[in-house]
Formats: sequence, structure tokens, C-alpha cells
Amino acid sequence: MPVVGIPALMRNLTDGEDSVTVSGNTIREVIENLDKRYPGTKEKLCEGDRLRPGIAIYVNGILIRANLREQIDADAELHFLPAISGGVSSG
Amino acid sequence: MAENKDYKVIGTRPIRHDGVDKVTGRAIYGADFQITGLLHGRVLRSPHAHARILSIDTSRAEALDGVKGIVTADDLPTAEDKMADLGEGAVSLKYLCDNILASDKALYRGHAIAAVAATSPHIAEEACQLIDVEYEVLTPVMEVRQAMESDAPLLHENLKTSSLGETSEESSNVASHIQHKKGDIEKGFAEADIVIEREFVTGTVHQGYIEPHNATAHYNQDGHLTVWCSTQGAFTVREQLAEILQYPISKIKVVPLEIGGGFGGKINVYVKPVAALLAKQTGKPVKVLMNRADVFEGTGPTPASFITVKMGATKDGKITAAQTSMAFEAGAYPGSPVGAGAMCIFAPYNIDNVLIDGYDVVVNKPKSAPYRAPGATNAAFGSETVVDELAEKLNIDPLELRVMNGAKEGDHRADGPVYPRIGFIETLEAAKEHPHYSSENGKKHHGRGIASGFWFNIGLESSVTINVNPDGTINLVEGSTDIGGTRASIAMQAAEVLGIPAESVNPSVVDTNSVGYTAVTGGSRTTFATGYAAYEAAQDVKRQMIERAAKLWDVDEENVQFADGEFSSINGKEEQISFRDLSGKLSETGGPVVGRATVDPPGAGGAFATHVVDVAVDVETGKVEILRYTATQDAGKAIHPSYVEGQIQGGVVQGIGWALNEEYIYNEEGTMTNASFLDYRMPTCLDLPMIDAVIVEVPNPGHPYGVRGVGEVPIVPPPAAIANAIYDAIGIRMEELPMSPDRLLKALGKI
Repeated sequence: MPVVGIPALMRNLTDGEDSVTVSGNTIREVIENLDKRYPGTKEKLCEGDRLRPGIAIYVNGILIRANLREQIDADAELHFLPAISGGVSSG
Repeated sequence: MAENKDYKVIGTRPIRHDGVDKVTGRAIYGADFQITGLLHGRVLRSPHAHARILSIDTSRAEALDGVKGIVTADDLPTAEDKMADLGEGAVSLKYLCDNILASDKALYRGHAIAAVAATSPHIAEEACQLIDVEYEVLTPVMEVRQAMESDAPLLHENLKTSSLGETSEESSNVASHIQHKKGDIEKGFAEADIVIEREFVTGTVHQGYIEPHNATAHYNQDGHLTVWCSTQGAFTVREQLAEILQYPISKIKVVPLEIGGGFGGKINVYVKPVAALLAKQTGKPVKVLMNRADVFEGTGPTPASFITVKMGATKDGKITAAQTSMAFEAGAYPGSPVGAGAMCIFAPYNIDNVLIDGYDVVVNKPKSAPYRAPGATNAAFGSETVVDELAEKLNIDPLELRVMNGAKEGDHRADGPVYPRIGFIETLEAAKEHPHYSSENGKKHHGRGIASGFWFNIGLESSVTINVNPDGTINLVEGSTDIGGTRASIAMQAAEVLGIPAESVNPSVVDTNSVGYTAVTGGSRTTFATGYAAYEAAQDVKRQMIERAAKLWDVDEENVQFADGEFSSINGKEEQISFRDLSGKLSETGGPVVGRATVDPPGAGGAFATHVVDVAVDVETGKVEILRYTATQDAGKAIHPSYVEGQIQGGVVQGIGWALNEEYIYNEEGTMTNASFLDYRMPTCLDLPMIDAVIVEVPNPGHPYGVRGVGEVPIVPPPAAIANAIYDAIGIRMEELPMSPDRLLKALGKI
């Protein structure tokens, strides 16, 4: 199952866990399943049907700019981090 | 994915395609641009760092002969606050618009208040002086620690602190807080035999591009807006104009002219919307040029910062814990690069226990803008100085300590992601093996320092079209502003695929109506991503040319092979034709061949650098002289080594300026007192030795030729490397940038 690195400021919702395994074939499914297990996490990461502005997804160490429908491998490792774009960063 | 073979074009050093026009003065820059009926615009700027705008009376200016139009924030189409989508993230439209023309408050000295279009620049300037603005002057907040105090004057009464979806109840100058946590920081420090904790301050620094911002705007009678300008990204200008002007993106064409430097500072727009507003009001084309003072006072510098760093290590050199608190000045509106700095600060090392806090803080300075590896230089000044001190206290060679703790493929950054193949250790080894590192450096008040740095690099979208000419040359159409020789480095990647010389490629950087979407030249992405698009477009051409050869020889396509610029038949017919000769037969085999590609490649591949510097400190004057400088850097694969070396040298020089001299010097009213290149001291060739650039090549698996971006990471190590060299020379740790003569003399107790 995919492994999700939990952002430090979200760990109050995951009982302090910094990394959890969650099922899902797409990023959206992983976030949905994460929220089922740890309510409130989706709201931290998403705004409506999109990632919150300023948040980027790394899959297996690679910055992925695709949307939440992006397919991921069963053993993928996901991290949610501040977005960096075009030499621009959001603080 | 990276190919591993002997290249014919990649790795060579052809003359850049735009070189002749640039050295003969024929290249057209924004200030050169002319069009019939042109009016000249000038911007009135706030004389106060923090003030409420009570009224603006333009009647006296309007009465001046030759004045054709005047605009203020009231002429912007909306004051409604919403999030504006700029493709790469949303920003507050109110903040975006207010930075173009202030509405209710002037938030920094130099903030644009109004603008005039007139028949000459002199009349426009005179008219600006006739605009009467009534201000209520407020106390400016000029420093990040002051801004974070609970009783500090607020820049924005409604700004709350955002923290991953949570918002504070109280208003604050702290726009956001981020945090990264790995392992157990207390346990990590408990395991350490030695712990170092230091505080660092860095000054406000400008990108210092030689060409000021400029824009000429014109509305056709049918409402189509054309803007000719200097920019790092024509498409991002189009997006920003569409949001600020609330105008259909399909009616905006942005034409990028040549650019005299950007370094991140020419992504945000300043005078472009102003020129458009004036053009709309007057019905004439309007050109707005900044002067140097406008650039310093009215455009984004890179932020000043206050950083604490605490690191612990065992006696045998294992770094067990690292902690930092980083507060960055965003300038007048939120959006400093503290997020990037927080992700870069300990990135070179594999440390089990890390705690990183970052704060984005508004102050009464121009809205900060990206500058080469935004945030990473501030960060590395702190972390790399402490790593040096750890090495000294542990009596371990500083390069060796970095090798012992250096990040490798499979390690996790402190903020989470796992590293793919990276070349940090290779840059350390290259520095160690370089004759510089083993050379003598024992004179009194001479010292040697080293430091390392990391920058992510990015991918993003790029588009390329290739048209095949009958003489075997190709026209390559791209949307990436060429700042550092990228016409050449992109053309070379197409040439390599097609087996033709780089000189047989005619690259053109075109407007937003003439090529597919292409993101900014920034993030060290252009040779990587637009080069990737050129590679793919050339592959498209190759496929089509194989079809033509098959048709010519009446064979199946799978019986045609292509190598070294020659098509040949492999079905026994022994046919052969060069790319050039086949190009002359396109009309008889089906018509023109046009290759195209759009890419949005992940896998940009991070870049690491390690620098070695020798300095001499004059203890009487406080002057620091750079005696020798060697910069090793992983470029993945250097497409055009001269331009890689040029990027390394340029980044180092800017880093030296940041380290030793450059800073905004403000008086008590918040006015920059050194807003000219005479007083804002950037290094020149007379100040520096030749920078020895050593290219390390650890191919990036995310690119067909193994390219990694090279433009940003070379600015990251210099301030820390020089601080470490100064310590080696005089035994004093410098913890504030710039390390200018007065600060050196204070540290030496001489003033």
C-alpha cells in the first residue's frame, strides 16, 4: 500500500504518526482513505476538489504536478510540501 | 532514462545563435522598441515606507501640456479580493493589484501610486510632480524580528497567520508558519557529544539585473492588447495581465524582447499593467521604462532574514540532530521564499532528527521576488557555517565531515521526499581532489573556507515546434526567454537527435500567440524542460523523416534506420540519404515536415554544489579580498559546457556580492539610502579572480541526456564559504550579511 508522509503540522490529527500506509490507486483515493482513518486531514490538504494553493505532491521523491486523479503505484511514497514554481516559492 | 553514448553535439561549445546580434548591438531590448504614435509613461512613487493614502488629486497634472492620460488604483478594474489563478498557484488579487498601484495604503518607499502618459518622458516626469497625494504617515516596520513582535504596527489589518489550513484569530504581520519534523529532535541532541547553536542575520539584496523593467502596451481597435517587454516568461505576464486587468487571456499577446538579466526578478509584473492601463485610456501605444532607483525601490529584492541554527554531532562526526527557526521578510505582501529555504537548509545531509520552523513575515519593503535559488542562500549561510564550526570543534576536515554525513540516493530529505540519484558526494570528492584544496594557504590573515548547497530545480511545461527547411536546416520555435545561452543549449539537443550541427538550427523565441504554453525561464528549468521538448520535437521530426525515406525508397518504415544524420535502408536495397538531402525532397514526398512536442517533465533532478574559497582579510580596513575560488557542481550532463561554467561563475559572483557588500541600507524613515549602482556595491571583474568552475556529471535519470538545471545552486554556498574563510583567516565567526568592512572592523573591535 502507498505510504504517506504526514506533514508536521498535521500530525495532531494522526496521533503523532509521521508516516502511515493508506490504500488507494490514485492520489485522490489515498487522501480520501487517509481522511477516513484520520478525519480532518483532507481539509488540511485540499480546498474543495483541489489541493490547497501552495501545496505540492512528491511521489517517490519526484515532484508531481498532475491532478488528484494521478495513478500511483502500490508501493508509492507520497509527501505533501510547499509548492515551488518557476523560481517562485510560496511561503 | 538518461542516454549514455558518445555525443556529436552535446558537450561541445558552439557559438551562441544570438551572439552576433548581441555583440553588434542589433538585438532589440525593451528600451529600443519603437512604434508609431508612442507615448511615454512615468510612475509616481510613494515617498513614505508606510502611509495611508487619504486622497490623490491629478488636476494640476492633467492641465500640463502634453499629458495624455493619468491612472491610479481606481483605474484597475476590480478591488474585489479573490484568489487569482496564475497557473502555478493562487495569489490574492487585491495584493497583486495593490502592488501595481496602491489603493488604500503605501506599504513601502517606492510603492507605485499613479502613472502619467505624455508626449515625452520629461513631460510625464514633470506631471508626476504635479500630482497631489495626501498621506497619513504611519510608523514603518523595517525588520523581521520587529515585525513579529505582538505590538508591532500591522501592515494589513486583516492578515492572519496561516498554518497548513489553520488560521490565527488575531491579525499579525506573520503571514504563514511552516514546519518540517523528522525523527526525535530531543533524542538527537541527547545523542550528540557537541552541540552548536548560532543566530544569523542576512540583509535585503537585489538581483541587480543590468536592464531595468520596461513595457510597451497597445490596444488594437478590436480590443486586442499587445505588450512588448522584458520578462522571464511571456506566458506568466499574459496570466498576470489577464487577472490584474480582468481581461480575456485570448485578447492578450505578450511579445518577449531580449532580456538584460532577470535572476528571478523578472517574473512578477510591475509596469506592464500600468502601460496597458495608460494605453487603454489614451488609445495610443505607451512605453514605461524604469530607472535604476525605480528598480531598487519598486521591484522585489530577495528577503532579509533572521535564522537560528542548532546542530549536534558525536565525537566521531555523525550529525545527530539539526534544528532551525527561519523568519523571512516577504516585503509588503505575503510570499517570501521561506518555504524553499526551509526545504533546502539541511538538504545536503542525511540527518535522523530534524526540526525546521519557517515564518513568512510582511515588512515595509518592496514585495520580495525570487532570486536564484530563492531562500536557499540565506539558509545555507546559517547551516553551512555551523557545519564548519562542528568540523572545527571535532577536529575533522570540513570536506570529510560533509562526506561522512552527505545525502545519497535513497536517503530522505528532512521534509520527507526520498532522493533519486544525486551527485552531492561527487561534488565533495571533486573539491577534495582539486589542486586548490591541497594548495598552501598559510599566510597571516589569509584563510580558506568551504561550503555546500542544494537547490531543487523544477520541470514545468514547455513547448517546441520544429520546421524542416529544404536545405537541411531546421527552424526551432520556442517560448523560453533566453537569459543564459539557452537558444544554444536547446538547439543542441534537437541537433543531436537529428544528426545535424548546432549551427543548422535557427532558434526563435516567439510571442504567446506563436508557440504552445511555456512556463518561465526560472527554477533552473529551461535547458532541462524546454530542452526536453526540443528533444521530443526532434524525435517527432525523425519519425516523419523516416516515413518520407520509406516512401522515397518504397520500403516499409521499419526497414529504414537513422544514425549520425543518415537514413539508410536495411532491407537489402542499400539506399542511403542524408538528413539534408532528404529535407530537399519533402515536397515530392508529402509536403512540409513539422515536429512538435509539449512536455511537463517530473524528475528535474536536484543540484548540489561545493565551493572552496581563499580570502585575505585586511585587518586595518576590514576589506576582504577573494584570492582564489573553486566551485564544483553536479550538472547532470553539461549540454554546452561554456554556458554551464558561465552560470556557475555568475552565481558565484552574485553570491560574493551578497556575502561582502550588497544590502539595502535604510534610514529611520524606511528610505533606501543607496538606490544606485554607485552606492549599492556589486562586485566587478576588477574585484575578483577567475572563478574556477568544475563541472561534475552525475546524469539525471529524469532527462534523456541526463541534464540537471545549473543556474541557481551556484549562488547558495558563497556567503557561508566566505564566512568560513574569514574565520580561518582571523578567528572570528561572522554571523551577519553582508560581511562588509564596517562589520569586519566592529567584529575586530576596531570601531
